[in-house]
Amino acid sequence: MWSWVAHRISGVLIFLFLFAHVLDTALVRVSPDAYNSIMETYKNPVVGLGEAGLVAAVIFHALNGLRVVAVDFWSKGPRYQRQMFWAVVIGFVVLFAPFAIRHLSIVFTH
Amino acid sequence: MTATTSEPNLQPVQKSRFTRKSKSRGNFELWSWVFMRGSGVLLLFLVFGHLFVNLMLGEGIHAIDFAFVAGKWSNPFWQVWDMLMLWLAELHGFNGVRTIINDYAEKDSTRWVLKTLLVVSALVVLVLGTLVIFTFDPCIDPSSTLSQCK
Repeated sequence: MWSWVAHRISGVLIFLFLFAHVLDTALVRVSPDAYNSIMETYKNPVVGLGEAGLVAAVIFHALNGLRVVAVDFWSKGPRYQRQMFWAVVIGFVVLFAPFAIRHLSIVFTH
Repeated sequence: MTATTSEPNLQPVQKSRFTRKSKSRGNFELWSWVFMRGSGVLLLFLVFGHLFVNLMLGEGIHAIDFAFVAGKWSNPFWQVWDMLMLWLAELHGFNGVRTIINDYAEKDSTRWVLKTLLVVSALVVLVLGTLVIFTFDPCIDPSSTLSQCK
């Protein structure tokens, strides 16, 4: 049940981000300066931590989504849903740890 | 004569104050369920590729500026990649939020208002995003170093 709650919350978060992301990227159609000045305001530790949180939401939603697909389409899926949840947790750590080290070291050393 | 059986309680635990009329829409909900799984698997590759190229390679997030976007969108490969990602992600998110509205908004008028906002926001994102990807001119930057802008 909690994986279902986390799937919904991470999904809504990503959807809200997508709205903002399309609007700010649309500034490339206005002028290089308009886009660059907005990108400059994003280059600080607060937004950097937010980006790490967003990527965490994306990785969880993607891996748990694969688990949902397996539960729905794989005949043994429902029986192994608990083990697959732990596979999601392990996969999350394996993917997010290297990203967080790389991204946060860029964010905090510039 | 005394009653020997107790009345079973047939009331739902928590009954909504609002009733909903079910409108049959054929197999729409089945196809939306299929779409969520299909688009989800495609998005896994599109979004992970997008994040890896933009945040992990080169200078990472610090390299993102107009010249970075111009370098990518001067290549049709990334235009098609980003358009597929835009449409699949927006429709996947649209359908997910539609489900959440149906789950939690019990009043007809509340659902109507929320879904209208959802449709408007999705149209803005899809139309604006698609126009920007395909009408983008990398050469409006006078300091561009791209070969096609010389």
